[in-house]
Amino acid sequence: MTTSTATVTLPADTQILITRRFAASRHQVYRAWTEPELIRRWWHANRAEVTEVQVDLRVGGRWRYAARTPDGFEFAFYGEYREIVPDAKLVTTEIYQHAPDDPALTTATFAAHGDGTMLTLLFEHASQAARDAQLQSGMEDGLQDALSLLEELAGSLS
Amino acid sequence: MARAATTTDVFNAVAEPRRRQIVDLLATGERPVNELVEQLQLAQPQVSKHLRVLREVGLVTARDAGRQRLYRLHPPALRPIHAWVAGYARLWSERFDRLDEVLAELTEQGDGDDH
Repeated sequence: MTTSTATVTLPADTQILITRRFAASRHQVYRAWTEPELIRRWWHANRAEVTEVQVDLRVGGRWRYAARTPDGFEFAFYGEYREIVPDAKLVTTEIYQHAPDDPALTTATFAAHGDGTMLTLLFEHASQAARDAQLQSGMEDGLQDALSLLEELAGSLS
Repeated sequence: MARAATTTDVFNAVAEPRRRQIVDLLATGERPVNELVEQLQLAQPQVSKHLRVLREVGLVTARDAGRQRLYRLHPPALRPIHAWVAGYARLWSERFDRLDEVLAELTEQGDGDDH
């Protein structure tokens, strides 16, 4: 299957913005984003086993996703739904279990894009340090990948 | 990524807000130190100290032009930071690729597309 690439940008010192186009309707993407049985199937990113997905989809309701990596590291993300516009927008708080003092605000928007859907995911942190820690999590998860990429790049640029 | 304890890597070098400002200013072109001093409204010794750190990590180079010393940005030194963001992008790319599969299945089932 041909897939589009996720675009990650840092619009401000405290933000991370991710965009990605999907070949499906807004309703389908929204379902995959909010239904526990569907979330379980993609949130692991091939890096962990999802151990828990709780979704109480109403304003003020809680959500919690937990997973375990192959080397036994357990982690969870959780928060509260702040704004819900079915098939269009979802605003939640998001706390990483191992950094509970740094909650982020996450806004997911689902917009029609041709015959598909453009997902925009904005993470807003209280500080740059907290934002950087979130970026760092990708580095840790994909450390090996990132290191080989670095090596490739270093090799290709004198 | 293991980091050096002092400002000897590019992550630490740009963690300092004033040094990020210098990088931003130099991104628009080569500049002499007095121009940076003026723009940043800092004392020259402080600016020179920041420039030294940026030079140590290879992010800034200097050349003498007459009586002036001109500083310019050397963007390839930012590569490790790009790679760092790329690692995070890959995490989401893998999630989204799995999400594509879920969506393909929903479409096949003719499900979830009723409005």
